Amino acid sequence: MPTAALTADRSRKRPFWTMERRDSLAGYLFIAPQLCGIVLFVLIPLGLVVWYSLHEWNVLAGTFRFVGDANYKKLAADPALPEVLGATAIFSAGLVVFNLSLALLLAILVNQKLRGITVFRTIFFSPVVVSLVAWTIVWNFLLQANGGINGLLQVIGVTGPNWLRSPPTAMASVIVVQVFKNVGLNMVLFLAALQGVPRELYEAARVDGASRWTQFHAITVPLISPTILLTMIITIVGSLQVFAQIAVLTQGGPGMSTTVLVYYLYQQAFQFHRFGYGATISILLFLIVAVLTFAQWQMRKRIVFYEN
Amino acid sequence: MKLFDLRLAALAAGIALPLAAVPAIAQDIRMAIWSANEAHLKLFNEIAAAYTAQHPEVKVSFDSLPFDGYTTTLTTQIAGGNAPDLAWILETTAGDFVSSGALSPLKATFEGVADYNLADVTESALSLWTADGEIYAYPFSTSPFGMFVNNDVIKAAGQQTPAELIAAGEWTWDKAEAINTAVAAAGKQGLIVRDFDYKVWDNLASIWNGWGASPWSADGKTCTFTEQPMVDAMSFIHKAIFTDKAIPGPGVTADFFAGDAAMTITQISRASLLPKENPFNWDLVPLPSGPAGEYAVIGQAGIGVFASGKNPAVAADFLAFFSNPDNAKKLAKFFPPPRSSLLNAEVLGAANPLLSATQIENVVIKGISTGKVKPGHAGFAEIQQTARAALDALWVADADVPAVLKSVCDRIQPML
Repeated sequence: MPTAALTADRSRKRPFWTMERRDSLAGYLFIAPQLCGIVLFVLIPLGLVVWYSLHEWNVLAGTFRFVGDANYKKLAADPALPEVLGATAIFSAGLVVFNLSLALLLAILVNQKLRGITVFRTIFFSPVVVSLVAWTIVWNFLLQANGGINGLLQVIGVTGPNWLRSPPTAMASVIVVQVFKNVGLNMVLFLAALQGVPRELYEAARVDGASRWTQFHAITVPLISPTILLTMIITIVGSLQVFAQIAVLTQGGPGMSTTVLVYYLYQQAFQFHRFGYGATISILLFLIVAVLTFAQWQMRKRIVFYEN
Repeated sequence: MKLFDLRLAALAAGIALPLAAVPAIAQDIRMAIWSANEAHLKLFNEIAAAYTAQHPEVKVSFDSLPFDGYTTTLTTQIAGGNAPDLAWILETTAGDFVSSGALSPLKATFEGVADYNLADVTESALSLWTADGEIYAYPFSTSPFGMFVNNDVIKAAGQQTPAELIAAGEWTWDKAEAINTAVAAAGKQGLIVRDFDYKVWDNLASIWNGWGASPWSADGKTCTFTEQPMVDAMSFIHKAIFTDKAIPGPGVTADFFAGDAAMTITQISRASLLPKENPFNWDLVPLPSGPAGEYAVIGQAGIGVFASGKNPAVAADFLAFFSNPDNAKKLAKFFPPPRSSLLNAEVLGAANPLLSATQIENVVIKGISTGKVKPGHAGFAEIQQTARAALDALWVADADVPAVLKSVCDRIQPML
């Protein structure tokens, strides 16, 4: 009895707010704003999108009818889907290859210790801070049949194509406009990575008689490989979300050649008033982004060296 | 007893007086429009103020949405549970709005207003907005397409002006085509179908109606892109673009109102774009006659009341006020009216001081009374996009016109 009484007494004396609990509370309070944001603006909308995708929602008629997996079956049988996925794949592949190559090349160029090099860094980065729609509208003028680019070509005696009116050049134009807009961001990331490569390694390589190319592929690339992976993931995810450029430059044409998945989603939901079907397409987009990101993350073991 | 009476009276006054002093519950009405023109808004606000003077509890506001993506913005507002009480609706989407049940019926409200004179609103103007004898929108703007011409450019190319051809009874598409070919050869652009831009193909109705062509049958169930009148009309347009260069090709930017071109097909309200400094010698003429004879095409805009709005009954009452004969006359200053009593040179002349009496008679009055509304259909946005994608194959020099038109029908027929 006295032992039990002593235990009870001790537990009574022990304060509820132990150091451990205080730390936990502080931790939760610190992440609370972020957590609320994620719940409100990511998780709940994501849940709602799944819910909408199980319904036929006609906004004009005001009908919201449960249809089960009908929208998913319809998507699987949608005759336009292969063309849309094809356009999305071409756009993403073209964008990633062109963007990363150009960004790395620019980063190497602006990594030289030359007088006034910061001016070039600023110039290459400046499109990143320009309004996307304004940037695209200016390019829309330049890419017209009698626009600025063909005007320049005419000066050197070349008749330029009608850039936005034939499928290959329209897709190429949309990719180039997007690359020039965002290449500066990847360039800065590569520049930071390049400047993190220890100089001694290059000095040692030179002493060993390594050529510039050998130095690049044997030292630079492995050491900046974490950044290459990061920029690749960011660029691919970004490429799958392209919308404004398509809406302003081509509206998905000519034919369906530049109708990428997000633009198709927009058409179905907001132009054709099929919000349930649009939600289903967005689930497909979510899955594609998730699978690609996961796959690239898995690849890091093979392509990323010296990861901390 | 007296004391009791006094108490009773005081009690009654105590209840009744505060009740009388409390104003009716305030009601806010919002009308979505695509104009942000200051003069338009000033007139709308004046009409709204006059309504509020009669109904102090009602406040009306006008919400200017951008014309690009107007219907998309509207449907997004409805999806978000924030439908406006009233909205302007384009003729091309009339089918969707009228058939969906999104709009409140208006006939009883219009008929219930003294002096509204519903019979004065022409049946042809109402037809697009009527279903099963019920009216779902008021066609506040019925605007004919006309041909603005730049006589300076035409004469410089050594051609007869359209006015001269009209006088000679020779104002046909073949003659117009010859003028535009000559103008193009002389270094200017020929004919611009305004806002077509090789995407808004329904604007080509202003040409193909001259061949008696239409995109689908009158009942809207059969695609008629493959029928001979449409094949002939599209072949004519294709030749004009790629062989004769009489119409600027895809991706070529040119502005008639900047003096770049000989002719443009557009609605008469665009007269406001005519240059005030260094004006050129312009004219407004009816569309040339085609193989099927003379014709006219009109664009329309209606005002509907949303059933899902907060105050459909009040909104309908405001619309009846907004479109009564007095206000319709004021609105005619900017928007060609649907009321036959207002379709005269005097009213329309005062509304369009830039236009001559002949231009008003030949283009506006004749256009409104005989014109066919631009094509529309339920599910128009999807049909428009699908046909646009298929028609892209037509806008190349070596296109096979009948084959492309067949592919249009193959794609849109399931949607009709």
